[in-house]
Amino acid sequence: MHERAVSQRHSSADAVEPRPWQAAYALGHRELVRFFRQRNRVIGAIGQPVMFWLLFGAGLDQSFRLSQAGGTAGQSFREYYIPGTLALIVLFTAIFATISIIEDRREGFLQSVLVAPIPSWAMVIGKVAGGSLIALAQAALFLILAAVVEGISSPGALVHVLAMLLASAIGLTGLGFVLAWRMDSTQGFHAVMSVLLMPMWLLSGAFFPVPVLSGDAGWAQWVLYGIMRINPLTYAVAGVRQLLAGPDIAASLQLPSLLTCWIVTVGFALAMLTLSARATRIRIQGDLQ
Amino acid sequence: MSDPSPAIQLDDLRFAYGDHVALDGVSLEIARHEIFIFLGPNGGGKTTLFRLLSTLLPVQRGRIALLGFTLPTEVAEVRRRLGVVFQAPSLDKKLTVEENLDYQAALYGLHGKLLENRKERLLEQLKLADRRRQRVEQLSGGLRRRVELAKGMLHQPELLLLDEPSTGLDPGARADLWQYLLFLRDELGVTIVLTTHLLEEAERADRIAILDRGRIVAVGAPEELKATVGGDTLTIETDQPEAVIEALRRELHLEPQRFDHSVRLELPEAHQWVPRIVEVAGERLKSIQVGKPTLEDVFIDKTGHRFMELEVEASS
Repeated sequence: MHERAVSQRHSSADAVEPRPWQAAYALGHRELVRFFRQRNRVIGAIGQPVMFWLLFGAGLDQSFRLSQAGGTAGQSFREYYIPGTLALIVLFTAIFATISIIEDRREGFLQSVLVAPIPSWAMVIGKVAGGSLIALAQAALFLILAAVVEGISSPGALVHVLAMLLASAIGLTGLGFVLAWRMDSTQGFHAVMSVLLMPMWLLSGAFFPVPVLSGDAGWAQWVLYGIMRINPLTYAVAGVRQLLAGPDIAASLQLPSLLTCWIVTVGFALAMLTLSARATRIRIQGDLQ
Repeated sequence: MSDPSPAIQLDDLRFAYGDHVALDGVSLEIARHEIFIFLGPNGGGKTTLFRLLSTLLPVQRGRIALLGFTLPTEVAEVRRRLGVVFQAPSLDKKLTVEENLDYQAALYGLHGKLLENRKERLLEQLKLADRRRQRVEQLSGGLRRRVELAKGMLHQPELLLLDEPSTGLDPGARADLWQYLLFLRDELGVTIVLTTHLLEEAERADRIAILDRGRIVAVGAPEELKATVGGDTLTIETDQPEAVIEALRRELHLEPQRFDHSVRLELPEAHQWVPRIVEVAGERLKSIQVGKPTLEDVFIDKTGHRFMELEVEASS
């Protein structure tokens, strides 16, 4: 019936090998393209944290005083709040990046990724790397602004700060990926954002320091201390803080060592990447439209 | 003939969403280089079957082999050779036509000169060349479907799966779609498997399988299947179907079926009944038509119930 067809049959599939890294790169690239085509996202992700920084910085400056005089006496709230603002920018961007998974699903794009000949880790890497780079770019913008306003520490420290923010962005985007993967609607994600992600930021030392426990500390202080110490974001914020403000503040706030900060932040990122790759095995109703 | 393994082989395939059984023991073989259609009403199981074949859903029970590779163990081999066009759009609307193709290409390892050549050829074949720099959100439904096709064919699959590809297309766009599908089969030897709930579309297949309630109730070439229905069909258009049916029962002892404003009969040698029916129906009759059995007749014959979507489709 179709002899001609048989003789002309192409055997292209044998000629081209799927390349997971190319796929991951493309998916990451797509995140950047989409992000910058939606200008309100750019504004939302950086505008709000910067506004908070300026408003809280001015509003809380007079009432803010770190209890241990130490070497921190000179630190204003605006200065104290720089690592927190960086963390908030990273968190917001990570949230937007992971909401894009829900959108990809709703808009159908995800279907063709799920049936493509690429391992699921390539999809995770692409999504997370794309989101993390957006976060990093925004954080870098703010860091430059803050460095100009508050006076630059050393340029080397700024690079170190960005490296740590990248690691933390990977962790947060990965966490968002795991949470978003099972969701059909962005409403669900907003709920998760207010009960999990915002408290995670609030209890990271971003807004107020982890309590320094002394003999007369009440139980509430102990609970707060415990929660803040197991929060992985605490370590990224602490790392950035001591890189920007120097070892004096690390001593007076009893921050974990820089090495500990790095280990926890990178460990968290790796754990979230692993969980994300595992999560992709799950198919939810939204994949089956 | 060069390749002995069939395009698709299904053995006792079963699938359930919780308690709801969607596929209830489907066995089938689809040869290479044919256009094969799964026809069935919505809820008949064809979408589930499509998801299984496209590797979106994992196999629960039974066996699927595509192009000689078994799922799920050889899923990577299958995916490289399989093109999928989903019913729900899979294009990124914020991106241009060409960007959509580029990202799709990356998922399949295509790049460089090879990619550029393929893109040129596909955009040409699908008459999209002048649209390449337009964002998908600015395109009409028919054009979008063509971009979906280009996306599905970019890696030159040996087997192309399409889920309800005609849904939402105007007649002109449908004709374009079919022209392209025939081109793929005839010129490139692609095996094409699609699902549809449109009877008229199923007529165009080399072979069809009728799915109802998770089972295949008939397989074969459309002509072959229609030949299994005894006799001809006789359709009477009338404004008073109930009265006509009553009269036919009383006077001629026939058992007609009513469909909206038509009354239908399956009879051997139907043309011989025409004069008598005209006499009985009298003034109430608007037209009378004798025809060969359609795929709907096959469906009714095999399942004992109507093909619901026909009404929807006919009235739209």
